Amino acid sequence: MERKPPSSVKPQTPSFPHSPDEKAGGTVKLVHAVGMHARPAVKLSKLAKRFRSRIAVRVVGASEWIDAKSVAKVMAMRAPCDSTIEFAAAGADARAAVGALTALVANDFPDIDG
Amino acid sequence: MTGSVGIVIVSHSIDVAKGAADMVRQMVGEEVRVAYCGGNAEGGLGTDVTLILQAINSIWSPKGVAIMVDLGGAETNSEMAVEMLPAERRGSIVICNAPIVEGAVMAAAEAAGGGSLERVRAAAEELSAN
Repeated sequence: MERKPPSSVKPQTPSFPHSPDEKAGGTVKLVHAVGMHARPAVKLSKLAKRFRSRIAVRVVGASEWIDAKSVAKVMAMRAPCDSTIEFAAAGADARAAVGALTALVANDFPDIDG
Repeated sequence: MTGSVGIVIVSHSIDVAKGAADMVRQMVGEEVRVAYCGGNAEGGLGTDVTLILQAINSIWSPKGVAIMVDLGGAETNSEMAVEMLPAERRGSIVICNAPIVEGAVMAAAEAAGGGSLERVRAAAEELSAN
């Protein structure tokens, strides 16, 4: 007997299969002048690693989701300025993670303390 | 932050090694434990086992140390330096198969997030795995 996902989960959410955890998602426009280059990618993945949830990221419309905790993969996204970035997270702190990450991008990657 | 993996950068050129370490500090943060060495004992291009050993010991932590190297001799001399460490430290040190600058930044980003030595090595080597 297959368990169907709850109807509130949209099919385009990333593959966090059969996860009973809290899920969250959000989009944010990338305002950084040169797009997702090295330094923003480091900041994004560093922040993502502070959360226990699994976190995926992509440019809206991209076919593949990327592990937001992998600095190499985030850097390889090559998201240009003015593109819209989408986050999806699953885990106990999923909502907080998506909130923090969208704020980081929206605020143009300010320096994070500690 | 003594609880994070340290990064040692070993280049044939002290300028390359210092430049890579600067990139790590500026891009990832001051909290990363990073040491570097480069050049031979005469001040020319090359690598020196004693200098590598000093670099490793200067940032040692129980979580271990990941070494980033450039060309051949840097790797063999790093292996010799590792062999000269006390036995209990030898198991907590890895030489990464990764481009030196990119690998150092990726490894440091993982280390700053509290990653284990194996995860730090995987982050550095992710680039060359493609």
